[in-house]
Amino acid sequence: MLPTLSVLNLNGAVPQIAVAGAGMLIMLIDALFHRGSRRWAAYLALLGLAVALARVVESGASAETILDGALARDGLGMAFALVLIVAAALSVLVAMDYLRREEHERAEYYALILFATAGGLAMAMANDLVAVFIGLETLSISLYVLSAFFTGDAASREAALKYLLLGAFASAFFLYGIALLYGASGTTRLVEMGTAIRLAGTQADPLLWGGVALIIVGVGFKLALVPFHSWAPDVYQGAPTSVTAFMSVASKVAAFAALVRLLVVVLAPAAPLTSALLALLAVLTMTVGNILALAQDEVKRLLAYSSIAQAGYILVAAVAGEVGAAAVLFYLLGYAFTNLGAFAVVLAWSRRGEGRLPFSDLAGLGFRRPWTAAALSLFLLSLTGMPLTVGFVGKLYLFGAAVQAGWTWLAIVAVLNSVVSAFYYLRLVVIMYMREAEMPLALQRAGLALGVALAVCAAGVILLGLVPGVALDWARQAVAVVLS
Amino acid sequence: MFELILFVVFAVVALAAAIGVVAQRNVLYSALLLVLNFICLAALYVLMNAQFVAVAQIIVYAGAVMVLFLFTVMLLPGKRIEVAGRRLPGQTPLAILLALALGAVLLLLLGGSLVALGRPAHPAITVGNVQALAEVLFTRYIWAFEATGVLLLVAVAGVVHLLRSGPRPGAPR
Repeated sequence: MLPTLSVLNLNGAVPQIAVAGAGMLIMLIDALFHRGSRRWAAYLALLGLAVALARVVESGASAETILDGALARDGLGMAFALVLIVAAALSVLVAMDYLRREEHERAEYYALILFATAGGLAMAMANDLVAVFIGLETLSISLYVLSAFFTGDAASREAALKYLLLGAFASAFFLYGIALLYGASGTTRLVEMGTAIRLAGTQADPLLWGGVALIIVGVGFKLALVPFHSWAPDVYQGAPTSVTAFMSVASKVAAFAALVRLLVVVLAPAAPLTSALLALLAVLTMTVGNILALAQDEVKRLLAYSSIAQAGYILVAAVAGEVGAAAVLFYLLGYAFTNLGAFAVVLAWSRRGEGRLPFSDLAGLGFRRPWTAAALSLFLLSLTGMPLTVGFVGKLYLFGAAVQAGWTWLAIVAVLNSVVSAFYYLRLVVIMYMREAEMPLALQRAGLALGVALAVCAAGVILLGLVPGVALDWARQAVAVVLS
Repeated sequence: MFELILFVVFAVVALAAAIGVVAQRNVLYSALLLVLNFICLAALYVLMNAQFVAVAQIIVYAGAVMVLFLFTVMLLPGKRIEVAGRRLPGQTPLAILLALALGAVLLLLLGGSLVALGRPAHPAITVGNVQALAEVLFTRYIWAFEATGVLLLVAVAGVVHLLRSGPRPGAPR
């Protein structure tokens, strides 16, 4: 029997249709009448994202399925979708002036950002492992191309090739994991799979454990967790800075959304073992990320290692399973503003045609560029977890969730790691304000769009840090409504 | 009766081709015999009302995989490529052992499916599995089907971008 349109419930898929549709429209218009500036493509992308955002905000929490059960329109999915859309909109703003400055202003850039976002949305809302996989691939392939977007740049090409090869490998792991879980439960729908696993009990089923382990490898690659992190520093450094900013946030939000849903809906009966596995990964990720970050002398690479460590902190709450879901969501919201903001400053300050920003270039910028420097200091303090910023509240809730779930030692390791991280974050602030420049950097004017993006990020970091209550309540209510 | 004749014909040809693949010394002939074997297997799938598997067999194995194989063979230097007479130490006993192991696994699987002989056939077998597949694809997996379209579009757009604005040959960076 063919499904009727009401079964498909296309209305709930409007966010994805709007985002992917805007991407296709950009490519079509660019192919038909491409002349002059590509600014219109950025505005069209923002429009598509705004439509999706409006739809997500208005739809609220109502656990129902769309498209015959492939996607879930519940609080969890919608909340992660919201974070993802905000991050995508900010990275469009960040890229507008940068692309023109680097003479790589092309409409495809915005189309690919939109497609990547649509893939991430699918991962956040997926109620089917096949949907998770297709979303993951859409996100990944867009990011491979975006990493190589500055085609004349050898570092950019090298980054993309590394990312592609290792990413394809990880996708194969993920796919094999799906196949094993399908073998263990007889379905790819997450809700049905959860029921089947609960009924079967958690006696050692090698298919189930094999599947879980392989899927964690696949997701762990996307999140750059430690044994699977080796691609991240090179790719973050080699890719265009605006792409790095987007990638560091979007793929984390999407992958954590899928991971949280898997843990809550499917693997809840298997919690003891998955938690132990994730706790091990969290400890490794935090520690290795932080220690390697100490040895860096270039801001972009430092931020790459820092975002590895940040993924470890978030994983601490994911270990707690259902208890930690709200903390993961809240932290990712704050992280989106903080990390995008930090990369936006790197992008504003780096030399033309060069992705790198060595520490020595930062010297003296605290007084030559007081506003931007203040913003970067704010973002770095938030990444450290200083009070009055969103990073503090976020980490409090992350580690609190772990303690609540009985993982006190893990929370202690996480706090110790935060202390270590303060050293390299604050060192940047010290260099900006307390060292004289030997060779002053020739700075470009930051454009209006970049200014707006920085202002939004800074406002987000401060507001969420000072009055976190509203956002926390929102996060808690959202993750309470899960299709299961 | 007609089905039985067809089955015997294709089965015999498939077996003969398979033996030929191993016995032939000329690599090119081996590869071509493998194609013959794949096509006979596809015909057997059709006899079992598994048209989709048959088509996939032809497209994926006889088409994509074998073309790759033949290209590689033809790119090798020399007019006639023959398998050297030398063998690896212990190759024959190892080959026999592995063949027996494979045979045992296949017999086990066959034994498992004999149990199901009396039961009513799966609907996919009675209606033909192209139809059954289409039904699942356009109902339960309609989203996956449509989203794959977007995924392929992304891949095409990405390749076009990378090639159109790629580095000129000989450019320094």
